[in-house]
Amino acid sequence: MSAAPPLLDGPQADAQVLQALRATWSDPPGWLGSLRAIDHKTIARRFIVATFVFFLLGGVLALAMRLQLARPGLRLVSPELYNQLFTMHGTTMMFLFAVPVMQAVAMYLVPLMIGARSVAFPRMNAFAFWVFVMGGAFLYAGFAVGSGPNTGWFSYVPLASSDYAPGKGVDIWAQMITFTELSALLVAIVLITTIFKMRAPGMTLVRMPLFVWATLVTQFMVLFAMPSVMLGSTALILDRLVGTHFYNPARGGDVLLWQHLFWFFGHPEVYLIFIPPLGFISSIIATFARRPVFGYTAIVLALIATAFLAFGLWVHHMFATNLPEVGKAFFTAASLAIAVPSAVQIFCWIATLWSGRLDFKTPLYFVLAFFVILVAGGMTGLMLASVSLDLQVHDTYFVVAHLHYVLLGGAVFPLFGAIYYWFPKITGRMLGETLGRWHFWLFFVGFNVAFFPMHLLGLHGMPRRVWSYSPGLGWDGMNMTSTVGAFAIAASMAVFLMNVATSLRRGRSAPDDPWGAGTLEWRTPSPPPPHNFDALPVVHGREPLWMQPAQPSHVAGLAADAREVLVTSAWAAQPESRPLFPKPSAWPFLGALATTVLFIGSVYTPWAVVWGALPVTIALIGWFWPGRKETEQALALEKFP
Amino acid sequence: MFRARFLIEWFSDSDTDAAIDSLMQAAAFLSGPAAHSALRPAGAQAARIHDLWQLTLWICMGVFAAILVALLVALVRAPRASASAPPLASHALGPERTARRWTTWATVASAGLLVALLVADMWTDRALSRLPVADALRIEMTAQQWWWEARYLDAQGRPEFAVSSELHVPVGKPVIVTLKSTDVIHTFWVPSLHGKKDMLPGRSTQLMLRADKPGTYRGECAEFCGLQHALMAFSVSADPPEVYAQWRAGQHLPAAEPSGQDAIRGRQLFLSSNCAQCHSVRGTGAMGTLGPDLTHVGSRSLLAAGTVANEPAKLAAWIVDPQSLKPGSTMPPSKLPPDDVRALVAYLRGLR
Repeated sequence: MSAAPPLLDGPQADAQVLQALRATWSDPPGWLGSLRAIDHKTIARRFIVATFVFFLLGGVLALAMRLQLARPGLRLVSPELYNQLFTMHGTTMMFLFAVPVMQAVAMYLVPLMIGARSVAFPRMNAFAFWVFVMGGAFLYAGFAVGSGPNTGWFSYVPLASSDYAPGKGVDIWAQMITFTELSALLVAIVLITTIFKMRAPGMTLVRMPLFVWATLVTQFMVLFAMPSVMLGSTALILDRLVGTHFYNPARGGDVLLWQHLFWFFGHPEVYLIFIPPLGFISSIIATFARRPVFGYTAIVLALIATAFLAFGLWVHHMFATNLPEVGKAFFTAASLAIAVPSAVQIFCWIATLWSGRLDFKTPLYFVLAFFVILVAGGMTGLMLASVSLDLQVHDTYFVVAHLHYVLLGGAVFPLFGAIYYWFPKITGRMLGETLGRWHFWLFFVGFNVAFFPMHLLGLHGMPRRVWSYSPGLGWDGMNMTSTVGAFAIAASMAVFLMNVATSLRRGRSAPDDPWGAGTLEWRTPSPPPPHNFDALPVVHGREPLWMQPAQPSHVAGLAADAREVLVTSAWAAQPESRPLFPKPSAWPFLGALATTVLFIGSVYTPWAVVWGALPVTIALIGWFWPGRKETEQALALEKFP
Repeated sequence: MFRARFLIEWFSDSDTDAAIDSLMQAAAFLSGPAAHSALRPAGAQAARIHDLWQLTLWICMGVFAAILVALLVALVRAPRASASAPPLASHALGPERTARRWTTWATVASAGLLVALLVADMWTDRALSRLPVADALRIEMTAQQWWWEARYLDAQGRPEFAVSSELHVPVGKPVIVTLKSTDVIHTFWVPSLHGKKDMLPGRSTQLMLRADKPGTYRGECAEFCGLQHALMAFSVSADPPEVYAQWRAGQHLPAAEPSGQDAIRGRQLFLSSNCAQCHSVRGTGAMGTLGPDLTHVGSRSLLAAGTVANEPAKLAAWIVDPQSLKPGSTMPPSKLPPDDVRALVAYLRGLR
């Protein structure tokens, strides 16, 4: 037991305490130290950068496809390579970019928005990141050596069975699913626990920022959606490696089983990608309309309704199969119904803009693009919800247009808005407004040029996933237009990267709250210190920064020389306890490495599951082994009533 | 610009397809008559779907326009402010009755339109399933990587003859197509006649259609089915009943006798080389079943599931090196000398 007076934080803390806080919560220095980092901001920054690297790689693959399709009958790439290109593009964008980037942004922002010093389970959080990166690297390593998957991001059986897809491509793909879904599930647990148990005192559920609500709802969806695809892909690997017959109709299996499992995950996945951006939009509109979003309760309920309905419409991906027609009608109804909660949110945002005072900055531009592009994509979604219309446009370029309108309009445009909005907080530098406008307009125009013609292509009979097409079918001009648009999008991304690069070097430095926003993340310096807040805030309303200060304003008395955090109650956010959080450790990294060996090994031999479990077990024992010093410190800090 | 012109055309012309078509023609996007368009139905089922498409498109365009107008008005009327402008916090706002009323009504209206769409959709589904099919023509279509085999069935459901990748149907007569697959999932789709239907290994599916206008309609595989998914097309010719009857009678006949020395030598080559191991020609000893039935191959207009035109030079090229025309095709290349290839082509061209 230490005899020195305890160093405690609080609003009146002196420099020594702040110094101690900083030292306590910092990640270890150096290259080796970076492998031990567990600060949620460090991990989330790496996570965001990694997902963006995958985003750019997926974009390059898309450009290669658009070049191949620019003219009929081109032979720039072989059919085999083309099939790998679109498989890798879809897989990358869905599994390695869109879902994880939303989790990564939430991982950065949620603790700051709810006034916490860390995420819950910070080591597991780091582990999830390493597993994700290694899974993505594994997929691209396979692609680089010519073993890329070539059966589509949906990998329908029996095309993906070993009879029709020999080689390791599909095994690598299926195992990449295991990696990324494991990561997603762990992050979901981290975020749900963080949101329920680590909110600043006074931040009741009904005072939570809408982005935090969107994150909470999304992570619950992850918990229910991901196991379905993990089950599906595991059965696929078993079919391929050890000769089970889950999907083999000749031996009592069923090819539609895969489709049910895949789309029971696959459709909610669209909402895993789409709901967090609804939170971005609510944050950005509130700030740039200088008022809270109208209809807070309606929006929260709409988010929850979306999450429930999202699990009831997977069959609309299977309308062309021979499922019973009456059953399909139910899924039509559910698919149409999910438009209602989305519409409620759109109406609430329009009402907010209507009655607000507008500050037109780049983040707001990106959010306004949502209203054009996502709403257009939503309209084509209503068409796809209809069984008979879907029979015409299913598996054509119409669907390619629809999904890009929804995913880029609904997720990527708001995501860029979010990047312009929170970049100052994360880096301490403002992004350039002029380059931001260039980025926006190039992206917006390029997007529509690239994807609008695809609606017509699909209606005029062009199927998806074709590596080439004959001249004289009436598709030539629209394909060329689309390719031109794709390169405009690429140019807009170049402008964005330039903007980031120049801002990081000589951008205007950001004050704590450059936009005059109302939520807690803007109360701390940009970029935030390792401990996020010098003193944890106490919350008295939905926009703490837009309110008159009220008492009590801060929490005081948490240890500054130990990773003590405040745990509050799930509903009312009343202080409950002050557990000690773990220190940085190399075990998450080593554990992820061991897990990677197991996963990759099992692509080659089922025995890897047996011998690969050994290093994983060792890593987990090392991870959870209680250190003597930590135990003493925890006992010293423990107080009994 | 594309979009803008589309919208201009849209509003200046009440007929939606005419708008799209005239735009496409103006921009020289169409190089030939599109016989594979969901927007130009030539059959009863496609026409029903097209009606639903028109209704849905109008409703959706209306809602889209209304949302954008509301947004634009909001953006124009709201005053401007800077980041330093004092914000209104939640607790400072009273109940916003006007906003509440408008958003509620907008939501109710949206829900009402969605119900209308649902009813229209179910109505269409019902109509599609009630196509009168008494005395329908029955065809069993089997897909495989990457071509189609259609068996025409008699009234008792027994196969009469098989054709590959080129179907003929009588105009105005319903057709029931039973869809099967021997390997992976394929999808049968003739946009001018009907929506698509999957062909699932281990399950059989059905599609009912009726061509109402004579013409040739392009169909293709819509489900990604491997390496040559792109080169897996077929055609459906809707013929006047007497033309169809003639075609059908012709298909019943065994292969034509070769005429001319080349063709006779071609038949010998066909039967003695490995052609006959995979292909059959009815009336000869060639009874292979792995590849398409070639009994009347000379009367087809395209080869290799729509890959190339059925011309002597293309046919020769296909026989010599199918892999360069359709990489991954299961047909092996041939090492026959040019003379023999010419003889084979002469024989096959004569199989009308």
